[in-house]
Amino acid sequence: MTRILVFANQQGDSLSSGAKEALAFGRRLASSTGGEVRSVTLGPFAEAGAREAIASGASIAYTISNPLLAEYDVELFVNSIHTVFEQSGADILILSFDKIGKDLVGRLATRAGASAITEVVDYTANSDKVSWIRPIYGDKAFGEYSTTRQKVVVGIRQKSQDVNVPVETSKGEIIEVDYAPSEEMIVTKLVVKIQAALSDISLEDARIIISGGRGLGGPEGFTELQVLANLLGGTVGASRAACDAGWVPSNLQVGQTGAVVAPDLYIAVGISGASQHLAGITNAKTVVAINTDPEAPIFKRANIGVVADYKSVIQALTEKLKKVLV
Amino acid sequence: MHIVVCLKQVLDPEITPKYFKIDPDTNRPENSDTDLVLDSFAENALELAIQLRDKVPGATVTALCLGDEESEEVLRRALAFTANAAVRVWDEEWENLDGQAVGHILAQTITSLGGAQLVLTGYQASDIEEGLVGPVMAEELGIPCVTLVSELEVEENSAKATVEVEGGYAVVSVPTPAVFTIISSETNVPRLPKVKDIRLARSKPINLLESEDLNLDRECCQPGVKLERAYLLNREVACEVLPGDDGAELASELADRLLALKIL
Repeated sequence: MTRILVFANQQGDSLSSGAKEALAFGRRLASSTGGEVRSVTLGPFAEAGAREAIASGASIAYTISNPLLAEYDVELFVNSIHTVFEQSGADILILSFDKIGKDLVGRLATRAGASAITEVVDYTANSDKVSWIRPIYGDKAFGEYSTTRQKVVVGIRQKSQDVNVPVETSKGEIIEVDYAPSEEMIVTKLVVKIQAALSDISLEDARIIISGGRGLGGPEGFTELQVLANLLGGTVGASRAACDAGWVPSNLQVGQTGAVVAPDLYIAVGISGASQHLAGITNAKTVVAINTDPEAPIFKRANIGVVADYKSVIQALTEKLKKVLV
Repeated sequence: MHIVVCLKQVLDPEITPKYFKIDPDTNRPENSDTDLVLDSFAENALELAIQLRDKVPGATVTALCLGDEESEEVLRRALAFTANAAVRVWDEEWENLDGQAVGHILAQTITSLGGAQLVLTGYQASDIEEGLVGPVMAEELGIPCVTLVSELEVEENSAKATVEVEGGYAVVSVPTPAVFTIISSETNVPRLPKVKDIRLARSKPINLLESEDLNLDRECCQPGVKLERAYLLNREVACEVLPGDDGAELASELADRLLALKIL
């Protein structure tokens, strides 16, 4: 029987969207392999997270309720998750490959002598043998991987999984793990944290995203995109080129290294469509591309294309939608 | 202060998808007609390493690359960026290494070079995109790792890094030595090397290290994952290009389409 442990990270007292995806993946895998899912939650709200994990399919939920784990710290989290991985006897440890997961997967796998596989979107399972499926070469291809070690740490690509609807009546056991992280373990000190965004809606959660790229020619164009985004209840994103040029802060970057998004509507304005950017919008439902270059790669991904200068389109689009929607 | 920057040669990621093919025998891309380039985040790391070196008197940058002879191109590029030394590590027996094995070998190479106060590497290479090498090196070397770093300032025994975190960014302080995985930002856009430096780089030595020069763990040099099958993915969708060239008319048509699709 496959024993699967899921690290269910929390934002405040509830599970992060990545944690929900990791649990959904774990549960699907368990049903294919005849295994069971366990979870680990850390911090002062670990018990609330554990209950949520049980509602999402965990049969045993480990907790380390130490206040030192209230804020993410790489050393404390690696030590804590590694302790639970060992204690649980699990063969597979699943994490979201979100910004925290990107810190953790390589270190946990190395420490546990396990194989590591990241950006996983799917799997195939035959009896006890699991193969992991992930995009490679900027999403131009898929690779199917086997692992060579007994244990494996798996990082799930963000926004690649449908999450489970929690079942509040699910039964499971909560086990508080006897492990006390200490202050001496902390080596990375937070100096300042800045929540910088042009709007209150995070890119990851936005239903509508209007992104600008190099084709905007400067930072001014983003003001127009923001007006349209406000009207539609969406938010503004950007390509790496626009962020690198310093037109907007780097935390607006959509793409493999920025935000991986899955909105209902993604409007790419003046974005040519580099592979890194396309990899970040894989799960966008409808993509609209507005670009002067009809050969731009973004048109290969877009559902609706507008070949024109954005200046002549965005303002008219905003005016028209204002009449219809307001 | 010794700064090591780890570089990787990759297939040009911006190859047009229709020219991208997988060889079914090797599961690798057929790259006979395609350029090999220095990975883009590795190039950001290189630029940052050179900038830091120039701020600290007496600091040196060693560019390090695991790869065959062909990968010396990226080390020449690093020398043209004015890196002080270039090291290539390779063994003919190595094949299909994964990020963990590469992390182990690079960590042992850095140890054999006498260690480094700062180890910089791209956050993720644009070919296999594992994002493992930095954290694995740190774990192997027993030093901290800061991932997704856009800016870096060094002090005597510590460094301040600007990093991406959920919902924004943060500045963190870590004691050095430490590993940093670098993303692109407006402050680390790669320079255009001077013609004089490109010419000088051609004649500078590249130090070759082989497995016998390093204290490697055979088990850790074995990949933990094996690519069994690779296949192309056709993500192209049939894009409906709206007819016409009048911006206002196109905007009106687009609005109608989005409303008809009930997206808005």
